[in-house]
Amino acid sequence: MSEPAILKLENLGVTFPNHPVFADLNLTIRQGEFWSIVGKNGVGKTTLMRAILHQLRPTTGKVTYLPNANSVKIGYVPQFRNIDSDYPLTIKDFVGLNLTGWKWPWLSRKEHAEIDHILAETGLTKLAKRPIGQASGGERQKAYLAQALVESPNLLILDESTASLDPVTKTELLDLVIELNQRLHLTVLFVTHDIPMARKYSSQYLMLTPDGVEQGPISGLTQAKVWEGEKNV
Amino acid sequence: MFSYEFMRNAFAAGTIIAIICGIMGVFVIARNMSFLTHTLSEIGFSGAAFGVFAGWAPLNGMLLFTVISSVIVGQLSARSERREAATSAISALFIGLGILFLSLANKNASYATSILFGSVIGISASDVRQMLWLSVLVLLVVFVIYRFLKFDSFDHTGARVKGLWTNTLSITFLVLVALSVSVAAQIVGSLLIFILLTLPAATAKYFAHTVGGMMTLAVGLALIGVWAGLTLSYVTNYPVSFFIAAIEAVFYFLALGWQKLQTAE
Repeated sequence: MSEPAILKLENLGVTFPNHPVFADLNLTIRQGEFWSIVGKNGVGKTTLMRAILHQLRPTTGKVTYLPNANSVKIGYVPQFRNIDSDYPLTIKDFVGLNLTGWKWPWLSRKEHAEIDHILAETGLTKLAKRPIGQASGGERQKAYLAQALVESPNLLILDESTASLDPVTKTELLDLVIELNQRLHLTVLFVTHDIPMARKYSSQYLMLTPDGVEQGPISGLTQAKVWEGEKNV
Repeated sequence: MFSYEFMRNAFAAGTIIAIICGIMGVFVIARNMSFLTHTLSEIGFSGAAFGVFAGWAPLNGMLLFTVISSVIVGQLSARSERREAATSAISALFIGLGILFLSLANKNASYATSILFGSVIGISASDVRQMLWLSVLVLLVVFVIYRFLKFDSFDHTGARVKGLWTNTLSITFLVLVALSVSVAAQIVGSLLIFILLTLPAATAKYFAHTVGGMMTLAVGLALIGVWAGLTLSYVTNYPVSFFIAAIEAVFYFLALGWQKLQTAE
């Protein structure tokens, strides 16, 4: 039996003034699926993510969370972060930033436990007290991932979050994500240019091109197909 | 020293200022707003001059000008790339206005000096009370919005993608900084306010790695600077601002040296 759908995009289209980004996008995403979102720069991958996050009102169509509006909790790992080597907070404190709300300024014992749990899940326990400014690129990405996961989302969006990593670190991070995907049934949207990585980890793909949208099982995605789709950009 | 009422008032005011500047300074540094803080202090000068011209207490003129301008700056510079230019333009305008108001008020240069560089003698018990309730107001707002402000200050990208109300937070924070600037200017003067709002927190970030730790250390460093500055000023009769500036700058340079040694190891 197939898993329940958690996200449905119907006839979705976004047009910026005089510039259509994408149109007529129909997509159903089920719990536990691992989607790769591919396509050349400028085709609207991040715009699509913003529409999914309800941070951008689509020009046409709609984005629906299923079974109801409150049932989808999204963790988002963006491509860029403004963190230099002087950045003072420890990895643990950085992860805890995401625990917001109208609460006491200090973290409760339960919240400390939640952070410790997610640090263990992401292999960061030993690095918890290291200032994140002094952490390596891979350790930082893991911390960004941990921060997105600390509120227990059921949908994780990685928006080109692995783009700046070397191949070994990239594999390490995605191994971790797929492990969480399989063990916790976490749904993943992986926005990437890296077709071999997409093929290795995803179950489905969505390709955005200037001519339209293509989707299917990951076995149907080839580098040649992506190049073909990018020709008209 | 404490047998004089003005010294007791100065120490009470200095303590309030150190606490508020230490706490707010941590967010000012995290948000890279040192330059904007400097501008608000210049606007504070203009407001104080207007207060004198209008026959008000300088603090009330400062509050009026800094709060209004912080909202304008917040609106103008929602886009960070425009922030520096917008801030410079507003700063230039307000310094000019400050000089005009002082001239219109027929006050001499020593009055301007006292607004710009602060004064220990002029602080009354009612000034201390006004500073106290303003500081309590600022700290109360920080307490209520603390988690949102912390996320937005230390990870603006994360806060934005989470959909936090970052623009509202930004303007609210600017108004809080405006209030802090007006309070703190009473002792160190409007021109040197950024000493206490930026240097202790900038020093603290090299030694503490949690937000609470940075606040504690920044408040401690600000308290040492203010208390030692007031004492040295009383003993030597030199300006208090000089001593506070020198002490905080020494702390900061020591921290930079320490950081360099750490990274060289």
